[in-house]
Amino acid sequence: MEARILDQFRAVVGRGLITEPSQLHTYECDGLTNLRVLPLAVLLPKSTAEVQAIVRICSREKIPFVARGSGTGLSGGALPIEGGIVISLARMNRILEVDIPNARVVVEPGAINAEVTQRVAPYGFFYAPDPSSQSVCSIGGNVAENSGGAHCLKYGFTTTHVLGLEVVLPDGSLVHLGSRAVDRPGYDLPGVFVGSEGTLGIATKVVLRIVKKPEVIQTLLAAFNSTNEAGAAVSGIIAAGMLPAAIEMMDNLAIQAAEASVHAGYPNCGGLLLVELDGPAAEVEHLMEQVGEICTQCGAWEIRVAQSEAERAVVWKGRKAAFAAMGRISPNYLVQDGVIPRTALPKVLSEIERMGAAAGLRVANVFHAGDGNLHPLVLYDVRVPGQEDRAYELSVNILRLCIECGGSITGEHGVGEEKKMMMSEMFSEPDLETMQLVRCAFDPQHLSNPGKVFPRTPLCAERAGPYQPHPLETAGVAQFF
Amino acid sequence: METRSSSGASVAGSEAAWSDLRAIVGAEHMRAATPNDAVDGVQPQMVVEPGSPDEVARVLKTASAAGLQVLPRGGATKMEWGNPPRGGDLILSTLRLNRVVEHAWGDMTATVEAGCTLRRLQQTLAEHGQRLALDPLWPDKATIGGILATNDSGPLRIRFGSLRDLIIGMTLALADGTLAKSGGKVVKNVAGYDLPKLATGSLGTLGIITQAIFRLHPIPRESRTLSFSASDNTAMNALVLAISDSALVPTGLQVCAADTSLPEIDLRFEGTGAGCDAQVSQAVRLAAGCRQIEAQPDVWNAPVVLWDGHEPSVVCKFTLLPASVKTFFAKVRGVAEQAHLRWRLVAQAVGVGCLRLEGDGAAPDVFPSAIMELRQDLESHGGSLVVLRCPLVVKSKLDVWGSPGDALPVMKSVKAQFDPAGVLNPGRFIGGI
Repeated sequence: MEARILDQFRAVVGRGLITEPSQLHTYECDGLTNLRVLPLAVLLPKSTAEVQAIVRICSREKIPFVARGSGTGLSGGALPIEGGIVISLARMNRILEVDIPNARVVVEPGAINAEVTQRVAPYGFFYAPDPSSQSVCSIGGNVAENSGGAHCLKYGFTTTHVLGLEVVLPDGSLVHLGSRAVDRPGYDLPGVFVGSEGTLGIATKVVLRIVKKPEVIQTLLAAFNSTNEAGAAVSGIIAAGMLPAAIEMMDNLAIQAAEASVHAGYPNCGGLLLVELDGPAAEVEHLMEQVGEICTQCGAWEIRVAQSEAERAVVWKGRKAAFAAMGRISPNYLVQDGVIPRTALPKVLSEIERMGAAAGLRVANVFHAGDGNLHPLVLYDVRVPGQEDRAYELSVNILRLCIECGGSITGEHGVGEEKKMMMSEMFSEPDLETMQLVRCAFDPQHLSNPGKVFPRTPLCAERAGPYQPHPLETAGVAQFF
Repeated sequence: METRSSSGASVAGSEAAWSDLRAIVGAEHMRAATPNDAVDGVQPQMVVEPGSPDEVARVLKTASAAGLQVLPRGGATKMEWGNPPRGGDLILSTLRLNRVVEHAWGDMTATVEAGCTLRRLQQTLAEHGQRLALDPLWPDKATIGGILATNDSGPLRIRFGSLRDLIIGMTLALADGTLAKSGGKVVKNVAGYDLPKLATGSLGTLGIITQAIFRLHPIPRESRTLSFSASDNTAMNALVLAISDSALVPTGLQVCAADTSLPEIDLRFEGTGAGCDAQVSQAVRLAAGCRQIEAQPDVWNAPVVLWDGHEPSVVCKFTLLPASVKTFFAKVRGVAEQAHLRWRLVAQAVGVGCLRLEGDGAAPDVFPSAIMELRQDLESHGGSLVVLRCPLVVKSKLDVWGSPGDALPVMKSVKAQFDPAGVLNPGRFIGGI
């Protein structure tokens, strides 16, 4: 990078400028570690004004930038751009304001997800989105990815809980999207900014809504002989008109890994179901009995109900550690994130099993069963020639299966760099071009995390043409996504 | 003599376009507009009723090419919302797009066309014990597309959120004839930009919604409503805050207030009988400072009732921080008294509500200054005040939307990308969009 530009950056952030290659390596990837790009520089601003100044320089000099929170993303959203810089928000990590009467918290983007809950817990509140990485991931990153978590079945996603944003646009101007109150007149710009994966600008402040803690929380653990039986129980629970706080499922391979890793004390079974109900005590107790009955009818041979906070923590420990636990049973693995309509679960699981067998690979399944969000973990050994390629192919084919079933290629990890080519399989060209209109409105120069999310960079002057049916539609494979 | 349509397209050009449009939708689905079809004094020439999303797209493409401006319309319950259009040559009615395309009850989702009324959708969903957890105004007539375009909601949002929390997929017909889908049929989905949210509340200025996909909720087994009368605003506020700060999970918490009566608080619980009963007794304990009164069967219809009364009147939507309801009520009282206006309001505890000001024989020109004063107060604390219905003369004196804030340039860029020629609802939205 030219010295005169580095001088300009240095004038803004002083010692918060990293150019040493050995230090830059820390930023060459996010949680998707197989993709790596060394940025030209990393900047660590401490204020909105500094972010603005950096982005203005980028805009003037046409330097692409990538905003980065804690770097826990799993789709390469924070992967640096060749010839670009990384703007790390790690030093903007304060919780600026806690407003209990209005149930609002204002944070800087680098604030850690779990710290928001810690801060408001003494008042009986919590911050609902709880991605498994919540102890380290940042709110800014959650905003970029519209992160979910196990409890979004009932409580919604990051977008449900973000009311307002202060944003530095890719031209360096500062705007306020949304408000502290709901329904700000005008376009729902927070709605489109949350989940835009860093392509529309950089959030420098976030107004969050917090939620009152439920009176009681109970978690039931049920062991079944198969995921099909467990899946039938999930259908039964939904059909009974319940909306649990979470319904999680693990298959035998995932259970084995979790046991080897954190000794959660899970029964060794073919399909494990974890159902959490929360709310008024009288309601939860009544419904939990029903959940137990439904599980028994569907073949559960062991049922445990965790009542205390400590018991719940043990039950959740294995589930939350499931991804990392794969290292105990396989030298390498790929984490996938697909979504299917919940009723397609039995079909999709048997198909994944068949596909895995055909590829000679094991697939462990961990999923948010209530909302159909699958996390198949494709296990492989990089030392065996050809296995890694087969694992990638299998992983992509699982996503294709999700699309065929009317689902999505990502439920919470984002498209990022990893899945941008899959977007053309899920959406038709006019669909994608229409989404890109938003990109052109916010970032006509394509400087903010360019090349991510979409398979192609749009030409902002050009307009989308008339509707053409998607190839899958014409073939009658898929109808309306 | 050369006559021109409101958008300036020449009559000869329009004639050709009308004939093209007739060919798209069929002569029986196009008629000359009457004075009843006028929008805030703007008289369109034709009413066009396409029968499919594809026809909507083709109508828009043809209208755009001919330089005709389009006013989208569903059940026509809220046509007076927004600023007066800068022009409008044709009404595009979505009423023929009225199918519930799919109720995937096992997945708790439904796909519905834009012209379907909410009532009809709910009846279909109820066959499998489910509902769209949304209770906006006039469900018998209001269509899904219109409810989305105006982002209408009701008391249920305290528990289930508003449309942005319920919509998961959408098909949008753009002014140039592009038909674009976004979101999908699954509740959890982060693939691509969230256009369903962007289009929700956009008053038809970005495209015409042809189809929407929603997440659904079960119809509750039981429901209980409680009403309380508060001796003053302080007692009212104390109860609302106490409930908000408790572990109670109401599916409705609203305050009704008026110049002539004491504030009343309505509270609703849904769920199992045991759960409801337990919550009712807790709520009654919390409400020791208020007097429990008999809950009227139609209390949750209070937002609708607000639309009837003496004229001239102004009906506004206000938003505020939940804890500032009390100060806002006092402000309303002060402003109304000073302007000699009658008032009634219904506020939902999440910080959104409706206010009716009545002139009681006074000239409509007392309204703008009262509105501006209330708006200034709300906006200075992060809230807003949008005029939904008022005499046309009031609209000539103020912007119904209020301050757009510093994001207006971005909103204008979004509009310019989606509808560069300003074909759709020109001028009706915020900041002249």
